[in-house]
Amino acid sequence: MELEESNNVLTGIVRGEIDAHTAPVLREKLETYQNEKNLEAVLDLSDVNYMDSTGLGVFVAFYKSINSNGGHVKLKGLSARLKRLFDITGLGDIMDIEAVGKGGK
Amino acid sequence: MVQKIDSQYKEILRQYMQRQSEQNLYDGQNFSRQLIAENTSPEEVISMHKAAMQEMYEDLPDVVWHSFDLLIEMMISYGLALQERESLLQRQEELRVEMDLAANVQETLLKTTTPSLEGLDIGLLSIPARKMNGDYVYFVSDQEGHAGIAVADVIGKGLPAALCMSMVKFGMDSLNNSRARPKDVLDVINRVVEKSIDDSMFVSMFYGSYNAGEATMTYGSAGHEPAILYRAKSETFSELNSKGLLLGVSPAAKYEEHTVHLEQGDLLIMMTDGVTEGRNEEGFIEREVIFELIHQMKDEPAQVIVRHVYDELVRMQNAELSDDFTLVIYKKV
Repeated sequence: MELEESNNVLTGIVRGEIDAHTAPVLREKLETYQNEKNLEAVLDLSDVNYMDSTGLGVFVAFYKSINSNGGHVKLKGLSARLKRLFDITGLGDIMDIEAVGKGGK
Repeated sequence: MVQKIDSQYKEILRQYMQRQSEQNLYDGQNFSRQLIAENTSPEEVISMHKAAMQEMYEDLPDVVWHSFDLLIEMMISYGLALQERESLLQRQEELRVEMDLAANVQETLLKTTTPSLEGLDIGLLSIPARKMNGDYVYFVSDQEGHAGIAVADVIGKGLPAALCMSMVKFGMDSLNNSRARPKDVLDVINRVVEKSIDDSMFVSMFYGSYNAGEATMTYGSAGHEPAILYRAKSETFSELNSKGLLLGVSPAAKYEEHTVHLEQGDLLIMMTDGVTEGRNEEGFIEREVIFELIHQMKDEPAQVIVRHVYDELVRMQNAELSDDFTLVIYKKV
């Protein structure tokens, strides 16, 4: 996980597996930013090869707090498996997500 | 007692000084286990060693005895760490007992009765990965052939998930309506969950309302793994998709509902992601594998089918499921 912030824009790359073991680490890192006002966050998940519902919970919590502070969260580089997870849970409709190979939005 | 231990140790030491054999070392190891069992602290062991040495080799230079005194001081903190470990082990045992009790309470609290419906064979299996189950199946039924089923999965595991599940149960209890429409049920439970839970805790839920007279199932989903319909006539599997957001994310969420009609031999398969998200060294266990397992047993009673799927998935994952597993099959007979 790499995070970098400048001028209210947070860019990050998440790598590896997000499961019950690694999700708390991710949550902790994201929580550092969640109370900032008007934050534009773009997280690249291209190198995430596995994510379970615990990981999903982390992103939803982040999305909720950033949104309530007037900011925006975008998740990009979602694999087909991750995209399905967001679609099934209905989160794909409320969050800004972008799958692999459908870039340029 | 202390004197006996002292003289035992002196004897082991004396023999070792003479021969330095493997057997002497082995005696020493066994003796140290006995000392640990009796809560002897490290500094006491070294004091004992010093006393034994003084008796046997009294004319050693003073620097040797002084060095032991320093070592004894050094060991005091180790002795405290050991005591701390003992009390942690005891505390852990207490927690384990409490968890067992809580798991029992949960089982009693969330108990549900599988309805008996004309023309429908129901198979159900729900197995927690840890002690507390984050999956939940709830039935509500009446005498006129109407039955509702909720299959829910709390995101998160263990104790917090179990507490959250109780909330869903009380929400369902307060509705207590076997004819309730799925979209209304999901709407009500969404509000209950949204008001009361932590920001990173959510529930996915499938709700199906079965009408035995017409053999129809009306269903809706709140971010839940889609149910699967197996058609006996064409021998095909298809996903029953229904749009709807996870419970607890937004109070404004709206839920769809759809209806399917079941023919003889059709199967309605409802589950949690513990069934579909299985993995082993070779990668993910694809849904087609699960379909195949069900297809093999399609002529068996519903309970036999769910058991077969569970047993085979456990086998494929080397007897270790990492998530709670819940599978319900409705078979039209």
